[in-house]
Parts: sequence; structure tokens; C-alpha cells
Amino acid sequence: MHETHQICTFHLGDLFFGVEVEKVQEVLRYQQMTPVPIVSKVVRGLINLRGQIVTAIDLRRRFLLPDADEGQLPMNVVVRTGDGPVSLLVDEIGDVMEVDDDCIESPPATLRDVTRELVSSVYKLEGKLLLILDIDRAINTVGGESRHHATVN
Amino acid sequence: MDDLDDVVQEFLIESYENLDQLERDLVILEESPNEPEVIARIFRTIHTIKGTCGFLGYSKLEALTHVGENLLSRIRDGAIQLDGAIATALLKTVDAVREMLANIEHVGEEGDGDYSALVAELTRLLEPGASEEAEAQASEPAAQASEPVVEVEPRSAGVSEAAPVAATIESDFEQAIEEAAAQAPVAAPSAPPTETKVPEAAAVVDSEEAFSSESRSGSTAVADSSIRVHVDLLDKLMNLVGELVLARNQILQFADEVDNQALQATTQRLNLVTTELQEGVMRTRMQPIGTVWSKLPRVVRDLARTCRKQVRLEMEGKETGLDRTLIEAIKDPLTHLVRNCVDHGIERPDDRRAAGKDPVGVLQLRAYHEGGQVNIEIADDGAGISPEKLKQRALDRGLLSAEQLSRMGERQLLNLIFLPGFSTAEQVTNVSGRGVGMDVVKTNIERIGGTVDLHSAPGKGTTFKVKIPLTLAIIPALIVRCGGERYAIPQVSLLELVRLEGEQVRSGIERIQSAPVYRLRGQLLPLVYLNQELGIESPTDGQDEICNIVVLQADDRQFGLVVDGVQDTEEIVVKPLGKQLKAASAFAGATIMGDGRVALILDVLGLAQQARVISEAQARDLSEVLESESSERGDRQTLLLVDVNQRPFAIPLSKVARLEELPATALESVGTYDVIQYRGDIMPVAHLGAVVNHPNIGSGGGDRDVMHVVVYSQNGRNVGVAVDTIRDIVDEHVDLRPVGRRNGVLGSTVVQGRVVELIDLDAVVSTVSSHIFEDSLPMAAGA
Repeated sequence: MHETHQICTFHLGDLFFGVEVEKVQEVLRYQQMTPVPIVSKVVRGLINLRGQIVTAIDLRRRFLLPDADEGQLPMNVVVRTGDGPVSLLVDEIGDVMEVDDDCIESPPATLRDVTRELVSSVYKLEGKLLLILDIDRAINTVGGESRHHATVN
Repeated sequence: MDDLDDVVQEFLIESYENLDQLERDLVILEESPNEPEVIARIFRTIHTIKGTCGFLGYSKLEALTHVGENLLSRIRDGAIQLDGAIATALLKTVDAVREMLANIEHVGEEGDGDYSALVAELTRLLEPGASEEAEAQASEPAAQASEPVVEVEPRSAGVSEAAPVAATIESDFEQAIEEAAAQAPVAAPSAPPTETKVPEAAAVVDSEEAFSSESRSGSTAVADSSIRVHVDLLDKLMNLVGELVLARNQILQFADEVDNQALQATTQRLNLVTTELQEGVMRTRMQPIGTVWSKLPRVVRDLARTCRKQVRLEMEGKETGLDRTLIEAIKDPLTHLVRNCVDHGIERPDDRRAAGKDPVGVLQLRAYHEGGQVNIEIADDGAGISPEKLKQRALDRGLLSAEQLSRMGERQLLNLIFLPGFSTAEQVTNVSGRGVGMDVVKTNIERIGGTVDLHSAPGKGTTFKVKIPLTLAIIPALIVRCGGERYAIPQVSLLELVRLEGEQVRSGIERIQSAPVYRLRGQLLPLVYLNQELGIESPTDGQDEICNIVVLQADDRQFGLVVDGVQDTEEIVVKPLGKQLKAASAFAGATIMGDGRVALILDVLGLAQQARVISEAQARDLSEVLESESSERGDRQTLLLVDVNQRPFAIPLSKVARLEELPATALESVGTYDVIQYRGDIMPVAHLGAVVNHPNIGSGGGDRDVMHVVVYSQNGRNVGVAVDTIRDIVDEHVDLRPVGRRNGVLGSTVVQGRVVELIDLDAVVSTVSSHIFEDSLPMAAGA
């Protein structure tokens, strides 16, 4: 008997990502955002999720990928976190996939720094690789910056 | 009932609640007599009632509860065992107490019921073994199952007063028994007279419970008029009302656009109802400030004794209500201020006499509502604070220089006591030196949107004035526009609006060095440009036609915030920001506007601090003072002027090794960073725009063919800083202002008539180099 997991998948550039389906609160089309000046540009803005204010994290920027084209509006994957819901902006939403624990592997060491930091594991699927996002690290834009400061001092 | 004293009212509510619990406990106890916790709880309840009614002068009630308490104390000590007879007697005591409470509630007196039989019985039961006797009597065949209590009562009491007691209680019990018969059809009729105490007790309990529920519905209007509600529920209601307020705002906006009479009228009504509902729900969360103050008499008394002082505490406005979250938040600051007044403010009796004052010092607490805020004043009639002494102290502690101090007014000097590391206590007593300074008091009060101010007259006393908002959840705010977005400014900080047009703009705004100021009725008002503070492009940049100044109060300083436009005032619901945004001190939260979009709420204090409006004058923070000190000296420096996204930045040329122009295609990636092959080495490149957090700048200069790189050398290693254009090299007198200071930016200065931001090249470089050097050095050592 193999453990299987349901993974909500999405695309980011040519990468194929997923998060555990239990952690996903909902998936939304593009929402109007209010930009937040001063703070890290990984924070794309704030959205109004039925009266709740949710921070939208631009995963492209988080993964240091170039911004998407003007016309291409990102979708929202709203995930539950200890600090309330946070929206992850992605290019496109994929299917919910059932994956087998058998084909899980830890991220290869050759991944770029930031990718290695933010990907918790990799599923080897037929023809492609599914990268499981470490949500806590992905939404921690503050910690990433302060760590740099720490190394400076 | 309306004229019932508050104390009595509270006593009644509390007692009714306690009695309910007590009945349940008695029943539990009878089942399992060895629960010391339950016994202790019962004992405490009776004891509390006894104590309070003694205090209120209800002697009959006191006498009865006193015997009950005695009996309970013997049970608690294990001298006698609780059994059916004792439980019955105790339950009857509960009923008697209930009856008297009901009388107190309705008539204001205990009533003329005679409880001496009950008292006698309770007294008799005090003797070990007495209950078996009662048991034996109670189980005589004459006792009818349906009237167990009435039967037990006169027989076990065995005294002449039995008859009237039975009569008083009987009438009540007739109802109770009917209920009992209905509710416990098995227990009551089937309990044969010869049965032992267990079924009898059950019957008693049933009828007692029936009785108590009966009496509750009939006569406990006080208890019924207030209920306990879980705070979570209130919080949830508050949130929902917040949502409703938003929906209302949306509909109001919508209704304005649609020409429909019926909709207009309905909207009006919705508006009114929502407002009232909001007020109502807000009131449910209000608590009188007296709940915080009630602890203070003890604090003052203890403290006065320790300090060998005599202090009289006077309170005014105890009933002033404020939101419960605020009640919690002001508890510590208030206590600290009160301690401070007793410890440092009020003098010893001898000194007071010598000064011709009453040896007993007066500490006055006043609370009142004013303009949507709660004002709390803590005033002592002590020695007052001498500004000179504060000055000396600040000098001794090295907090400020003599020159800085000489520039300060009396009010600013007084406010020195709120500086961290400042204490005027001659000797550190066990009162002061607790690690809680006045700076913490100030911080805590400001955290909840309040202010604290200080007035002092030497020899006459000191007054602390604390102002806090009524609630934190829904606040009135002014909506302003800046760079195409809306921002909310809490009305509390708003003083006035000034609009300058045409010539007024050009002549009205003057500059002291680089700092823009406006003369507002003869006073110089420092100006802060919101778009600059937020680092956003604003359509009115370079436009001199209209200038909207929002005059704000931060601490006790005023400053003008220049915005693109001023909209309306609105009630907004404050929502917290996610932790990704906690670091941005310029924002207090966010709210949802009428059109459903999110707007950020400006934190006026944070904004003022960021713009250094308050720090220079007030010297809140030592490091800030020192920084501005050193920056005031100024000196000549050779600066490299560069542009990033059409904004000017300056880099001290002394730090720059070379300037390079490279094709954009030279940019490659390693790990998290961009690199360039440079002179046979791999050079990491930092993008200036990205580091200084300038929005609208992509991480790469992708759309340009050529990139300009400022090369910086450190320990033989090169790091590049990519900029858009290299403009000039100038020799300038650098008068660094902390405006716009953030990571990578030292501050601002004026170069060739333009404000430029001075880059902290070390900081910029370290964002890429520390990582790469760290990673590469061990390898280099190994190679």
C-alpha cells in the first residue's frame, strides 16, 4: 500500500509546481490588487477576499523569474497559513493530481539557490517533474531579507 | 429596582449565579462526599455571600449564611460527613437565601420570613452524629414521599418555631412539588417512606431544582436582565458589523449613482440601522474603566506605606466605558503612572508640612469622554517636576548635549522623562527600577493609538493626560490620494487641511536647506511628501499648480503631509496586515473601501518617524539624535550621480573603483544572483533599484541594450552595481538629511538644486557579496 497525496498544481514559467491540496483554501482568477509601497516587491499587493485582506505574493518574483508579460494576468492560489490566508500569484492553475509517495525525491542539489530553498520535494511524474512548494518559506519575504542583513553584520 | 444601589445589584447578580452553581455542587457532593475541591467551592460561595450581606447590612441573611458556613467548614475540616440530612439543610439554606435575595430585589429588604428553625437545625447538625438522628426521624412512615422536605424540616428541627417555617416554605413548595411530580414522576411517588436516604435525597433534589427554576423565572429579573456572553462571540459580531459597515458604504456609493427614490430611501434606512447596530455592538464590548481602577486603591495603599507617604486616592468617572481590548492594554501603563505619582510625585508628610501643604497627598484619577476619545488624567498634588532637574539628568546620563537641551522648551524638557534610560528617582526603590520605564508607558499607549502628555507645576503637582480612542476596530478616517492609490489617515491625527493653488504654491512653500516648510499662521510646518516617503511616482510631480497639505499631529509635533488629492472622511474598519508587511512602519493596517478595493491605512506616527519629523525635535531615540547630530556637521564629498528609473541617486566616489559600460547580454545568473564575467573573474551584480526597493524596477535591466555598472572593490574582489545611467561627478557640500533613509540609502541631500538619495554602497554591495564571498571563499582556500 502506497500513500498517495492530492496535489493542487500550477505553472510558473516553464516550471510545474504543486502544493498539498489541504493547504489550499481556494483558487481565484485575477483579482484587483492594491500595491504596497516601500515593502519588498515580492509582495505584489493586497486583495479583498470577501472582506478579509490577503497579501498576494508574486511567486515569479519570489523565484527571481522575470515578470510575466503585461497582458498575462496572474491567478491566485489562496493558501492557509498560520498567519491567515495568503495568496500566491501563479501563471496558470493546473489539475489536482493524485501522486504516489513512491516517486518522491528530495530536490536535486543542482537547483538554483532560491529554488532549492523554496522547493521541499520533487515528484517524478511521467514526462515531467512536479516541484512541491514549501509554502512557509515562499511567503516569508521578510525573513529572507533579514537573513541577508544578518550575514552582513 | 432602578434605584437599587449598583453594589446591591451586582451582589444580587453574582449571588444568583453562585447559588445555581452551589446547588449543583451540593448535589455532586452528596454523590461523592470526598471532593475537597467542591467543598471548598461551596464554602467560598457561602462565605462570599455572608461577607457581602454583612457589609450591606442584611443581618438576617448574614446570620443564616453564617451558620451554613460553620457547618460547611466542619465538613471541609472533616469533622462531620456530609449526608442527606445535611445536604437537605444546606439546600434549604440556599432556598432561604434565594428567597431573601428575591425580597431584597423587589422590596429592598430581606423580608419577614422567619428562618430561626433552619438556623437551629443547621446549628444542631454541627454536632457529629446529629444527622443520623435526623435521618431516623425523616424516614418515619408518616413522611409522605411527595413532601419529603416539608416533613424533614419540622421534625428534624424539633423546636417550637417549626410551624411558621414550614408554613413559609410550604407555600413555595407546593409549586415545587407539583413540578417535581411532573418532572420526576418516578422518583417522587415511588419513594416509599421507609426507604433510606438516597431516593429521598433524589426527590428533594428534584423538587429543589424545580423550585429554583420556578423562582428564577418568577423573581430574578436582575439576573435575567444581564447574561454572560463569550468574548469570542462579541468579537465575531464586531467583525460582522464591520463587514456590514463596508457593505453599507458600498451601497451608499452605489445609491448615489442610481436615480431611484425607493433605493435612496431604503439606503437611508440601512444607513441609520447600521450605524445604530454598530454603536450597539460596540457598547457590548465596552467596559467601565472602573474595572481597571479597582485594583489601584490597593496599589496606592501598599506603595504609600512602603514609601512612608500618606496618599488619598480620588476617582472620578469610573463608569467611563471603553473597548475591552483597550481596557487590557491600558492596565499596565495606568498602574505604572499611578505608581510613578506616588513614588516620585507626592512628597513625604514632613516635606509637605514644611511646604505648607496637607500632609496627606491627593492622587486624582479622572476619566471622561471627549471628542470620540477617552481622556484619563492622573494628577498628584506633589512636588512637581523641575525642568532644570530633568536637564541635569539628561546631561549626566549623556542622553543629550547641553546645546540640544538649551534649545528645548519647557514642554519638551518635561517630555524628557519619556526617553529610554531616563529616571528621575533619587534612589532606585523597589518601586522604580522594575525595568518598566516611562518610555515603555508611552510606547504602550501609542501602540493603541493614544497619546500621553505631561503638565507640571513645581510645588503644585504633576498631571499626566492620557488620551485613547474608544475602540480600535472602526475608526473615522480621511481618505487621500497619492500616486493613483487611496490611503486612509486616522482622523485622530488630523488637525486641518490646507489647499494651496497657483502662486500660493510657489511662494508658500519655502525651503530650509533641503527641507520644505510651509508657514501656517506664522508657525513653520515641516512638509512631508507622501509620494516620496512611499517611493511612488505621482502624477503631480513637478506640477506647481495645486498643493494639498494634510496637517497632522504625531506625538506633540505637527507636520504637513502633501498628497495628490483629498477625498472624503469615512468610517473605516481597521484590518490587520499580514506578517509580510509588518516591517512597514508607515502602515497601520488596511481597510476595504466602498468599491471593494483595499486601501492602506497610514500610521501617522510611523510615517513621521520615517520622515524624521519628530525625532529631531524630540530626541526620542538616542541613536537617532546622534545620527542627526553627525549629519548636521556636513562636509564636502565627491559624488557620483546616477539615475535609476529617472530618479537621482548619489554614490560617494571614494567607494567607486571603476565605471563600466557593458552589453546587457553580459548578464548571467549564478545561484540567486546575477553575475558578469569581468576581467577574468565572475563579478556579482546588485541592481540598485531592486536594493533600494524602488518599485517599477525590474530585477534585470532587461529592456536595455547597454548597462552601466559601478564597480566596487573590496579585498581584491569586485562587485558591480547596475544603474540606468551615469550622469555626473560633482564635488558637493553634503548636508545629509535622514529623509528616505532605508536599507541601502543613507538619506537625502541637495545636489545642484535637486534632492538626491545618497547610496550606502556598502549595504548595497553586501546584499550580493556576503553570500557569494562566503560561498566561494572556502573553495578558494581549498584550491
